[in-house]
Amino acid sequence: MTEQTTSTENSVDQQHFDTLIADDSRIEPRDWMPEAYRKTLTRQVSQHAHSEIIGMQPEANWITRAPSLKRKAILMAKVQDEAGHGLYLYSAAETLGTPREVLNEQLLSGKAKYSSIFNYPARTWADMGAIGWLVDGAAICNQVPLCRASYGPYGRAMVRICKEESFHQRQGWEILYELSHGSKEQKQMAQDAVNRTYGPALQMFGPPDADSPNSQQSMEWNIKRFSNDELRQRFVDMIVPQAEALGLTLPDPDLKWNEERGHYDYGQLDWDEFMSVIKGSGPCNVQRMQRRRKAHDDGAWVREAAEAYAKRQMQAAAEAAGSADDNEEVSIVAGRASAELIGA
Amino acid sequence: MSENTTGNWPLWEVFVRSSRGLSHVHAGSLHAPDATMAVRNARDLYTRRNEGTSVWVVPADAITSSDPDSKGGYFESAQGKSYRHATYYTKSEGVKHL
Repeated sequence: MTEQTTSTENSVDQQHFDTLIADDSRIEPRDWMPEAYRKTLTRQVSQHAHSEIIGMQPEANWITRAPSLKRKAILMAKVQDEAGHGLYLYSAAETLGTPREVLNEQLLSGKAKYSSIFNYPARTWADMGAIGWLVDGAAICNQVPLCRASYGPYGRAMVRICKEESFHQRQGWEILYELSHGSKEQKQMAQDAVNRTYGPALQMFGPPDADSPNSQQSMEWNIKRFSNDELRQRFVDMIVPQAEALGLTLPDPDLKWNEERGHYDYGQLDWDEFMSVIKGSGPCNVQRMQRRRKAHDDGAWVREAAEAYAKRQMQAAAEAAGSADDNEEVSIVAGRASAELIGA
Repeated sequence: MSENTTGNWPLWEVFVRSSRGLSHVHAGSLHAPDATMAVRNARDLYTRRNEGTSVWVVPADAITSSDPDSKGGYFESAQGKSYRHATYYTKSEGVKHL
């Protein structure tokens, strides 16, 4: 193929891609797409997956200390959901062409980033409430528009995730509600957790629009539908009445209703801290990565055993099929028998 | 089947029947060492909230698909054949049960 025909084909491909985006249609895995689109999405979706996996840790920390059996069951279900969300997203990321073991290696080696919020510790039981209400709440706010992301597998994964996140947010809110209607100490514990989580949760939407150079391209590609500041504003407007319903306050002296704008004004966030946590100096960055690597290493024997078992079953099935030779009926029966064996 | 033990397991596509009377629909994919584990993992991953009454797993590399580079050309023959649709026939408008 000459270079000329290649470039002509590329421009036809590009046109087809541009038309799909302009029509607000979806790009599917085997469609041609610009390399930069593939790269941006691979990074975004895999970082999102890593965040779900690392995000299991702050809450897993409280499973053994949950205040009741019911609370423990709920928390386990939630942490299991986070693992599930990670897997939906890895599955979507892989359709862009990067194998799972590469994505996994990027996380374990520290090459890939994950959401900064998970580098903060969960100090008390009330943090389970604040994480569910504010962290999952911010995540929902961010993720609902992603259900319409132009990349089909990503959008579909987000639909599934958003359905499950609403349970997370409500259970978190309810933990805080119980505490804020309990003893004075319990209410204070809830307030402290909200005070700790508020700023970092608002920062989950990313830097202010002026400092978010890649947002524009993502919006042109219909990956991102609203700017960081738009989503942050939407979230603030939602949580103010929710905090009132809890009987708790939000730690922001500048937070007040702006009649003219029809929105709540809120104060300046600590972006220096945000950048320093991203760069690795957050309270838990080191611990989160150590735990993740240890969990991966400790699980190696399970993966090895499962693989050895699968291999042996395949050999057994092949031998059974071989001994059956050209007698079709017998080979079908043998196949069934081995399937039953695996199922047992 | 992969030789290493780094979790480099084959990819399985997962199809879930959400309730009786409906077809299995593609839900996503997962990695598993064999079919049995793939079905179990699919149950845990895609049906944690009664989303399914039945699950299929299919090795991803066993799927043959239409040529994606044809950009719709492959399906063009169905276009321009509006007479295949009931709406093509308009004389019967106003006549009941037709």
